[in-house]
Amino acid sequence: MKQEELHYAKTHEWVAVAEEGGAQIATVGISAFAVEALTDLVFIELPAVGKQVEAEQPFCEVESVKAVSDIYAPVDGEVVAVNTALPDALETLSSDPYGAGWIAKIKITNDAGLANLLDYAAYQKQCEEEN
Amino acid sequence: MSTNNQLAHTPLFDWHSAHGGRMVEFSGWSMPVQYTSIVEEHQATRTAVGLFDISHMGRVLVNGPDAAKYLDHLLTRSVVDMKPHQIRYSLVCNEAGGILDDVLCYRVTLENGEHSGYGLVVNAGNRQKILAWMENQQADFDVKLEDITTAYGMFAMQGPRAIEIFDPHTSCELTSMRYYTGQVAQVCGVECFVSRTGYTGEDGCEIVCPSEQLPAVWEQLITSASAVGGRAVGLGARDTLRLEAGMPLYGHELDESTNPIQAGLDFAVNLRDREFIGREAIVGFQRDHKQSVRVGIQMEGKRVAREGATVLLGDQQAGNVTSGTFSPTFNHPIAMAYVCTSAAAPGTPLAVDIRGQEHPAQVVPLPFYERGK
Repeated sequence: MKQEELHYAKTHEWVAVAEEGGAQIATVGISAFAVEALTDLVFIELPAVGKQVEAEQPFCEVESVKAVSDIYAPVDGEVVAVNTALPDALETLSSDPYGAGWIAKIKITNDAGLANLLDYAAYQKQCEEEN
Repeated sequence: MSTNNQLAHTPLFDWHSAHGGRMVEFSGWSMPVQYTSIVEEHQATRTAVGLFDISHMGRVLVNGPDAAKYLDHLLTRSVVDMKPHQIRYSLVCNEAGGILDDVLCYRVTLENGEHSGYGLVVNAGNRQKILAWMENQQADFDVKLEDITTAYGMFAMQGPRAIEIFDPHTSCELTSMRYYTGQVAQVCGVECFVSRTGYTGEDGCEIVCPSEQLPAVWEQLITSASAVGGRAVGLGARDTLRLEAGMPLYGHELDESTNPIQAGLDFAVNLRDREFIGREAIVGFQRDHKQSVRVGIQMEGKRVAREGATVLLGDQQAGNVTSGTFSPTFNHPIAMAYVCTSAAAPGTPLAVDIRGQEHPAQVVPLPFYERGK
């Protein structure tokens, strides 16, 4: 997926929204900036399929040598798919964060959360400020 | 703790910044937590050599006619019988036997073999506290204290190739220098203090060097180290290395509410035929079988038990984790914890509550890692 076309949460998740079978599905991952900042990832605990998630609430945990970090749901909805290949190939998060490194797909039940997301330019600016 | 951006800089601050060091606040100092990756820096130290800036640690000289008597009163291990060149790991305790700091005490011996006093290296976060404590205890002794923390910097070279890499740059006879000895010596043409000590479980040395010359000395040694896959190592890997080596860290395994016996530091307490601050309390702790003790814990899954996590024996709380990380050497999570004696035997199956979920674990002997001799 093209970074320029994605939306971003202030907490460094990226989101791609697509129409699938009449529903809005958000594919969620974490940005290259986030992966770089976390470094030395050792473990990811994926959410269960069917889990109800709430925008801006933690729904997944990623463990690095240094610390455990939450990954936040960018929208309200239900987890309909998770990237089961990821736990055994965490390096995918750094080699292809916007493609094979996707984390979960959420069926959006309330798209109000989408309005809080940043576009590429605004997110780039945030990353520069954090650096 | 500095909160106003007035962080102290080591002599290597510019070097760290120029070489990708991710700088963080540590005990009032701006220090690199990592340059590239904790795992890469960890492995470089275990397989070749790592160079560590430890200039943030406090360095205090103790001189004067009563220097030995004075330190004997302050430290849990005797210094009066220290031989020339000798170094001792020791503790500074309060009257209640609580640990104020863990320190290295150096008998400073000049190049001509003459004894000139003692040096203490203290934890960065404890420097002001220990200096104040030392000044308060000074009245009855004819001693002179000198804080040389900023005048001198300090770095460590650790790893199986540390000595081989360091050797051509120094006047020391490194291979014949025993562990826990130190001496004044030339390093890259600069008069330094070189000791066979370290905090990683590896062979190596630590070098105290005048601050002004330190960057040039470091640069030469980094260049030699790079040729064999060595590199600069930040605080992140310093922590994973010392955890694997089972070494306690002040503020985590050690603090004023813990005592040397429960910390498993009996070897650093010398009770016979001497008096020192905290002695009576420590004798009492030796008889107290109810207190919790420091143990090593190995997790069964991939989840890391972090500081503060509750350790469970059955459905009872047995203690708390004091430090935990993912071990790059063993490829699974390890931790240290204080647990009640009934949960302390190696092999005891435990669980650790990590964010509300119980994860199986077991007690294992410390250290986790011991280098091949």
